[in-house]
Amino acid sequence: MEPTDAELIAAVLQGDATRFEPLIAKYSPRVFATARRYARRESEVEDIVQEVWFKAFQKLSSFRGEAPFEHWLMRLAVRTCYDFLRQHQRRREATFSELSDPENDWLDQFVAAPEEARDDAAAARELIERVLEMLPPAARLVITLLEIEDRSVKEIAELTGWSVPLVKVRAFRARAEMRKCLERIAQEKYL
Amino acid sequence: MNLVDLKKKLIAAARRHPPVDDVPYGFEKRVMTRLVSLPRPDEWTLCVRALWFGASVCAAIALLMAVWFFAPVSEPDTPSFSQDLEQTILATAGDGESIW
Repeated sequence: MEPTDAELIAAVLQGDATRFEPLIAKYSPRVFATARRYARRESEVEDIVQEVWFKAFQKLSSFRGEAPFEHWLMRLAVRTCYDFLRQHQRRREATFSELSDPENDWLDQFVAAPEEARDDAAAARELIERVLEMLPPAARLVITLLEIEDRSVKEIAELTGWSVPLVKVRAFRARAEMRKCLERIAQEKYL
Repeated sequence: MNLVDLKKKLIAAARRHPPVDDVPYGFEKRVMTRLVSLPRPDEWTLCVRALWFGASVCAAIALLMAVWFFAPVSEPDTPSFSQDLEQTILATAGDGESIW
């Protein structure tokens, strides 16, 4: 029978660091999926996930076991991703004139017949990635958690460590920022 | 261009394509190798760090108190609370005298 998370954690805290490996193997897929929402390059994704596991190892004694280990780990993961976004605020000043041909075609199709522009197209996915990269870190995090992952304000507050009113304020600002980005697309492409 | 619809389409596109959860081969081994090689601070180091932190906080508080203590205090333009109280009580007494 496989040891439970609580047993593995207890063993690690007693000094047997090798018992940490099954936890890494078990939860890394979830952490990688989270990190890939905020970083594009695979080397950056791997750096984020490694950072999450280093922090988890160093702070393991602060895990009280009241909630599942996965919840505690995902809080660490989201906060590490936010730190990454703040440290890598690049391309914010980029313009939408750099849109690729498929992205331009998708936008043209959307303008001509919005209902026919497919949301499963790769170009749409590239475009939303581009828009998210233009957002400030807090806005990107909130839009991702609230709109894309469909999480509640309370869940976001728990994941980020922000208060519920702060999440609401940041969500309001994030939507406004996103609207501004989309307005820029429209202006630069069609005016 | 309808920006509300555009936003909905783009968000829907992001939802339709959740990121993959692939883990690079041997990732947990690499992390474990680095974790084991990380220097772990001993109890004395932690204790000394905590003492230094406490000392710096105390110094900051002492500095603030010194600034507050030696800073020149300007006299307030408005009358003090005791003067206000005295005026109020005497005003009532004055009213009483006029009645009697």
